Order: sequence, then C-alpha cells, then structure tokens
Amino acid sequence: MSTWSAVLAASAIAFAIKFAGYTVPPVRLQQPRTLRVTEMLPAALLASLVVLQTFSSGQQLVLDARAAGLVVAAGALLLRAPFIVVVALAAVTAALLRMLGWG
Amino acid sequence: MAPDPPATAGDRRLVVRQALAVAVATGLYGVSFGALSVASGLSVAQTSVLSLLLFSGGSQFALIGILGGGGSVGAAVAASSLLAMRNALYGLQLGATMRPAGWRRLAIAQLTIDESTAVAVSQSAPPLRRLGFWVTGLGVYVGWNVMTLLGAFAGDALGDPKRYGLDAAASAAFLALLWPRLRAREPIAIAVVGAVATTLLVPAIPQGLPVIAAAVVGAVTAWFWPKRWAARTAGAAE
Repeated sequence: MSTWSAVLAASAIAFAIKFAGYTVPPVRLQQPRTLRVTEMLPAALLASLVVLQTFSSGQQLVLDARAAGLVVAAGALLLRAPFIVVVALAAVTAALLRMLGWG
Repeated sequence: MAPDPPATAGDRRLVVRQALAVAVATGLYGVSFGALSVASGLSVAQTSVLSLLLFSGGSQFALIGILGGGGSVGAAVAASSLLAMRNALYGLQLGATMRPAGWRRLAIAQLTIDESTAVAVSQSAPPLRRLGFWVTGLGVYVGWNVMTLLGAFAGDALGDPKRYGLDAAASAAFLALLWPRLRAREPIAIAVVGAVATTLLVPAIPQGLPVIAAAVVGAVTAWFWPKRWAARTAGAAE
C-alpha cells in the first residue's frame, strides 16, 4: 500500500511541476539564482544515487560486484556507448563476478 | 502574434526522423527501467503506472532506487519531485512556442520531458518546433510505456535480480543519466559535493535521507557558486 502511495504522490507532483512551467508567471522561475539551482539539482541528486546504488547496503558502505559494474559503465560512457549498452555491460560484469564467487 | 514562416516538407521529414530516432533510443532504455523497477520490489502494475503517469525517467529511477534500498515513501517522493523540477524550466522555455490551450495543455504538460524539449528547441522555426515536440513526446510516451511493460514482465520472470547484476545495472543507469551533465566545472563540483555528502551520511542517518541531504547541499553550493566562476565555466563550455 505504501508503495502505491509513493507511486501516485510522485506522479501527481511531477505533473503539477510540469504544468506549473506553463502557468506560473515566468518572473518567479526566472530569477537567475533559482534557475541555476534548478539546473544544478539533478547533478547532486544523480551523483548521490550513484553512490547509494553502488556502495550502500542498508546503512552500511560496502565494496562488491556493483563497483566493478560501475567502473565498466564509466568506461563504456567514455567510449560514448548508448544507454542500453552501458547498463547491460554493468549488469553482465556484476553477474560474471558473482558467478566466479566475488561480491 | 506574427504568422510563422512556412516550413518545407523536407524540413518536416527531417524533424520527424530525428524525433523518431530519439523515441526509439529512449524506448530501449524503458526496458531497463521496467526490469529494475520489478527488481526493486514494485509490482508490474506499479511499474507501468509510473511510466504512464510520472513519465520522467530520472524521477522514476530515483523513486524505485530509494524504495528498493529501504528508504521511506517521503524520501522517495521528495527525490523524485526534486529531479522533476527541471521540467518546469522546460515548460517555461516552450510556452511561447507551444501556445498551450484547452485539453492540449494537459497533454503538452505531461509530454514535457528532456527529450521532447531537446528536439523542439533545436528546430529553427516555431512550426517545426511544435512538430518536433509532439512527435518526440508522443513517440517517447508510447515507446517508453510499451518497453517498460516488456522489461517489467522480463524482470518478473528472471527472479533474483542480483544473479543477473540488475543492481549494478541500476548504478550504471544513474551514472549514464548524470554523465551528459558533467560538461562544465559547476555541475562537476556539485556532483562531487553530492557524492561526498552521501558517502559520509549513509552510515549516519536513516535510509533515503542521504539523497535529500545531498540535494540540499548541492542546492546551497549552486546558490553560493561565485558568479565569476559560473561565467568562466560557461565560457569554457562554448
């Protein structure tokens, strides 16, 4: 039930935000500092999510097969691989390492 | 309002082709969203509703990542909503071009995402921008939702997500979403600040909160980032 409330609340808020872009007076959103913060927020959030998804297990920091997957993903991104390839390579790396008994 | 300059059939074809290419590429990673969402513990129905209603890739990945990691509903919704803020800026940029009215306002708002905005603003004339927005927005919507459903069923059938490295795939997905933003000094600094804050806070505060704390620290950094540096960074990026 709580998952459904998260799904529906996040969806409603996301729609309200999209709609606000067309209806809120531009002056409010176009303050240079507000603009900069809004543009920069995704960098902080996504970097945080990379760390969480790769190195956290509950409230502990751990180093396991996910880290190797991330390194391979970074290499693929440097070589300008498309999203789906980057994601698949990371999965294969972690799966192989686990098959070999690590992480 | 001044009449729009005419666009040739050739121009239109180019826009449609570009829009469809973006839609296909985005649809492909809908598969990974679907599979990862189910691996995070959401049902196939919840996964599909996210793609139908939330329809903003970064926010969807954030929501399932935090829920899957044991974070609270509040933390997951907050992170998803903070990531969705940029869509309001897109609406701001597109308002004059799209001239939203009536029921279309709802459709236009829902389709306002990274991809439709990018294709729309890169066209030379307003009719082409509108065409680019609609074809990309609708194409991505259909592709993203169909592929989400396929991914969700596949993920459901696979069983243990760790065995297939789906947890590492989620890390890679966040990195791939972050990657194109790291083109100037300011976003790089803010990403580092966010990552360091998260690393320090994971052992210290309840699950789900480190990402919100990282957003706050990142926002404060952006707010106080010296204008002088921002100008230099912008100049270097050109």
